[in-house]
Amino acid sequence: MSLNYDQAVEKYEPTLGLEVHVELNTKSKMFCSCSTEFGGAPNTQTCPVCLGMPGALPVVNGKAIESTILIGLALNCSIAPFSRFARKNYFYPDMPKNFQTSQYDEPICVNGYLDVEIETDEGVKPFRVEIERVHMEEDTGKSLHVGGATGRIHGADYSLLDYNRAGIPLVEIVTKIVGGTGKYAPQVARAYVTELRDILRSLGVSDVKMEQGSMRCDVNLSLAPIGSGELGTRSETKNVNSLRSVERAVIGEVVRQSNRLEAGERIVQETRHFQEESGQTRSGRSKEQAEDYRYFPEPDLVPVVPDSAWIEELRATLPEKPSTRRARLQEEWSVPAKEMTSLVNAGLLDVVEETITIGADPTRARSWWLGEVSRLANEREVDPTTLITPAQVAEVISLIASGDLTDKLARQVVEGVIAGEGTPAEVISKRGLKVVSDDGALMAAIEAAIASQPDTAERVRGGNIPAAGALIGAVMKATGGQADAAKVRELLLKHLGQGE
Amino acid sequence: MAAISRDDVAHLAKLARIEMNDSELDHLAKEMDVILGAVARVQEVASADVPPTSHPIPVNNVVREDVVRPSLTPQEALSGAPAQSEDRFKVPQILGEE
Repeated sequence: MSLNYDQAVEKYEPTLGLEVHVELNTKSKMFCSCSTEFGGAPNTQTCPVCLGMPGALPVVNGKAIESTILIGLALNCSIAPFSRFARKNYFYPDMPKNFQTSQYDEPICVNGYLDVEIETDEGVKPFRVEIERVHMEEDTGKSLHVGGATGRIHGADYSLLDYNRAGIPLVEIVTKIVGGTGKYAPQVARAYVTELRDILRSLGVSDVKMEQGSMRCDVNLSLAPIGSGELGTRSETKNVNSLRSVERAVIGEVVRQSNRLEAGERIVQETRHFQEESGQTRSGRSKEQAEDYRYFPEPDLVPVVPDSAWIEELRATLPEKPSTRRARLQEEWSVPAKEMTSLVNAGLLDVVEETITIGADPTRARSWWLGEVSRLANEREVDPTTLITPAQVAEVISLIASGDLTDKLARQVVEGVIAGEGTPAEVISKRGLKVVSDDGALMAAIEAAIASQPDTAERVRGGNIPAAGALIGAVMKATGGQADAAKVRELLLKHLGQGE
Repeated sequence: MAAISRDDVAHLAKLARIEMNDSELDHLAKEMDVILGAVARVQEVASADVPPTSHPIPVNNVVREDVVRPSLTPQEALSGAPAQSEDRFKVPQILGEE
């Protein structure tokens, strides 16, 4: 019988290691002036440098160095006083040079950490993920495998290479061994990648779009019997391209490895590929034959020696940390921790902040985005922030506050805006959505309600205030929901001799 | 003092995807050993106060502005390619069947 995840983590302790690759959003490539624009026609963004022509000389993109130092500073790293590039030699056609310019034993940033928060059985708890290094390198070209049964690299007849992406600045962020997570390994992995993404986004150094590959995660995972104090053999899972997949890849590997160990088999040190559909991993090339990249210092590039003045200049430009910002907003808006987490996980923090900045009440701004707008977005399977703007939500909220709209009418306005009927004002005039505040019209409806339910009216007259609900409901129905319920209640009670 | 074995040469040849027969390996192992021996003599004159370097001139922090300049056309880029298709470089099969 096979172990499921819960059974696996009762017997085995997972150990993680996470490698995240981020494409920087510089205009030009790492070592040449070719454009980094996404989606160009094949091989329209290459030159002798990124094609590895003999005699071509690379020169580093200064902006890329600054971006990498900023990342290092934001991750609490030390910035190395002396740093060099190295050649990583390998034969694979994704790099026309037959080597990747990377960094080896002298990376630019070392020894940092990132604090994350995870939800545990005992509430939200902090967890520190230590960073081993942050280094600079370059992205590879794109391969298209043609022929064969599956369109995959295995058994393809030949491959076609587009080198537009080869040489785009890439930063690799490597954690130290992450142990002590116990059963929360999947949550820690996801929280780390999420927080890292938010930090990189706040720095403005990358698009951090996992689905487009500008941020990619490799998950190293090993298991050892709990209490053994040992480290098991690890697998490296590539192709993990969403936050949810990070979590699923860890779960998938814990289950797979634990069942191999239970069956008395050994774990092979290898690269595995994450399968989005199944949440399982599939074996890639085996690493049994230890790689021999023959790293050596890159002779065509000079060392990077950041002086402290430059580093401090960069440090002064660091934006507010996402975690600090969250704590600040949570206090300013007096939001419960759990709701704050919902806002962040739903990616709504920015729009809610903007809605509030325009002048909307914090509680209403949150509940409209998390409630009605998110509900409509779920129905359409799109991102809520693409449906309506913060200014439009703020406008609707202000119309509720001024008494021009009831909540019910406001929902219709939001629905109209999302359906493409125009601005809130346009939807209101087209659909004729106005609160009936004309006392005469309301009184007529109230009298009609009393006439149709004389017994109820009598009970209210006798002091049974809650009974008024049925009459108010009838008035609301008669006015098509366009009356202000509080006003109806006030007029009705007064009319039945129960007003103040 | 230098020592490069026949196995080292065979390993390097494999990494560099160069096919070598037995007599070529024997020959090259001897030749490379001599070359390494000659280069190793540099260490005899390098004293402890001379740090290893990858550059003959002490120049640091040479960077360019992040500015895009025109690239080659696909025709120019592919002009030296042994094979091409659909404006891409065409390379032989990378991995066989699993």
